[in-house]
Amino acid sequence: MTVPVAIALEVNGERVDAHVLPRLNLADFLREHLQLTGTHVGCEHGVCGACTVRMNGEIVRACLVLAVQASAKCVQTIEGLSDSGEIADLQAAFRERNALQCGYCTPAMLMAAQDLLGRQPEPSREEIREHLSGNYCRCTGYQAIVDAVEATARARKARPS
Amino acid sequence: MKAPAFAYSRATSVNGALELLSAHGENARLLSGGQSLLPAMNLRLICPEIVIDIGDLAELRGIAVRDGIVSIGAMTRHVELLESAQIATSVPLLAEAIRHVAHPAIRNRGTLGGSLAHADPAAELPACMIALDATIVVRSQSAERRIAAVDFFQGIFATALSAKELIVSVELPIAQGASAYFFHEFARRHGDYALAGVAAHATMDGQVLSELRMAFFAIADRPVLAKAAAKLVNVTVTPALISEAAEAFGEELDPPEDQQASADLRRHLARVLFRRCAEELVDFGSVRVIQ
Ligand SMILES: Cc1cc2nc3c(=O)[nH]c(=O)nc-3n(C[C@H](O)[C@H](O)[C@H](O)COP(=O)(O)OP(=O)(O)OC[C@H]3O[C@@H](n4cnc5c(N)ncnc54)[C@H](O)[C@@H]3O)c2cc1C
Ligand code: FES
Ligand code: FES
Repeated sequence: MTVPVAIALEVNGERVDAHVLPRLNLADFLREHLQLTGTHVGCEHGVCGACTVRMNGEIVRACLVLAVQASAKCVQTIEGLSDSGEIADLQAAFRERNALQCGYCTPAMLMAAQDLLGRQPEPSREEIREHLSGNYCRCTGYQAIVDAVEATARARKARPS
Repeated sequence: MKAPAFAYSRATSVNGALELLSAHGENARLLSGGQSLLPAMNLRLICPEIVIDIGDLAELRGIAVRDGIVSIGAMTRHVELLESAQIATSVPLLAEAIRHVAHPAIRNRGTLGGSLAHADPAAELPACMIALDATIVVRSQSAERRIAAVDFFQGIFATALSAKELIVSVELPIAQGASAYFFHEFARRHGDYALAGVAAHATMDGQVLSELRMAFFAIADRPVLAKAAAKLVNVTVTPALISEAAEAFGEELDPPEDQQASADLRRHLARVLFRRCAEELVDFGSVRVIQ
């Protein structure tokens, strides 16, 4: 019975049809079947946060979602957020403040930060740290990341919408 | 690591899920949020032959209030508890505790039923169920059972559930009259499992506590009620009495030792929590009182 299952979902605005084994997780599906390698895989048990993507508008761990569970869902990866320009300012702030070094954590960090800014336009540094608490960075020491998110929040607030 | 091969079935009704559970017994696992099951499968600690996905079962979702009882469907996600105005007013202890469960991306998937069935001794929600004197409603193909939370948790990852039962909902009585709650945990980072924690609920009669349920977690193989809390009930509580009760509470414990903390550290933290909890609850001004 461990045969491939048909799934149909939307990834970054495009419909995707595929056959997948139940054991395949969403992160591996995105990386290996769709070549969307911006979603990183670190620990494969929910701890590091590197695999964070958006599913139906909410951030989730792609290593803790089966590809079959994503059927009929709408998934957005870092490629989608980046190409649409949605986080261009946040990406620029990360670059300017050296909020990335090796970049392994960065796609997921941007994903989680954008999620916070979407629900809380004026987060305190404490709230930023809390929202990013599930995302490990082994390089930066987090300070610059918090700075970049805070600066983006301020800049967005000052910008006429 | 990646999960070994398994068969997958998406249940379309509770009865359908129970039928599959009944047919496959120990070889099957229910999948709700997947935030504990999938890590365990990826680490190959659990290798079910068949995974029964109950994620689509709308009948297991939602929060309803009737006759002084809040009923929460097993598939209600942590994020829904966190954002619910109903939970914030009727069971504020739960609203406070849920903020300490994992991280946003995990709270978007993890469910109440999954957390209770998983029964991690360091988890917040099982302790809240005991503090709030919850009833856990479980169902098999042949019967429905209502289990008091104190009887539900039976050890590390062990519960009163049989392999053929699933959790349908949880019922929490809404406190009548004046009541107060306290929640605190010590964890190395926000969102981590605790080294020691307490979820407490008290009812008041004038200036004394008429009932006090302090449920501690991460200090035993399951969440436990502090027996020493009885020393603070229906009496005028003094600082000396709190110290005496906290001391006695430490003697009740035989905490586990692991790479996170020694048994002595856990006992010490538990006593500190007991003391802080008692001080806050008797100092009526500093806690939220629900009338
Ligand atoms: C990095 C990380 C950090 C975490 N930190 C915390 C934390 O600090 N505190 C905490 O409490 N939790 C924490 N969790 C766990 C999280 O809260 C899970 O959501 C929860 O323990 C399980 O819920 P679930 O819906 O994901 O269940 P699943 O993973 O789907 O299932 C867990 C178990 O319960 C069974 N099950 C599921 N639903 C039912 C049901 N309705 N009836 C019967 N059995 C059922 C499954 O078969 C399985 O055995 C953490 C998880 C991760 C990955
Ligand atoms: S790879 Fe998913 S959380 Fe680490
Ligand atoms: S930049 Fe290297 S892990 Fe964050």
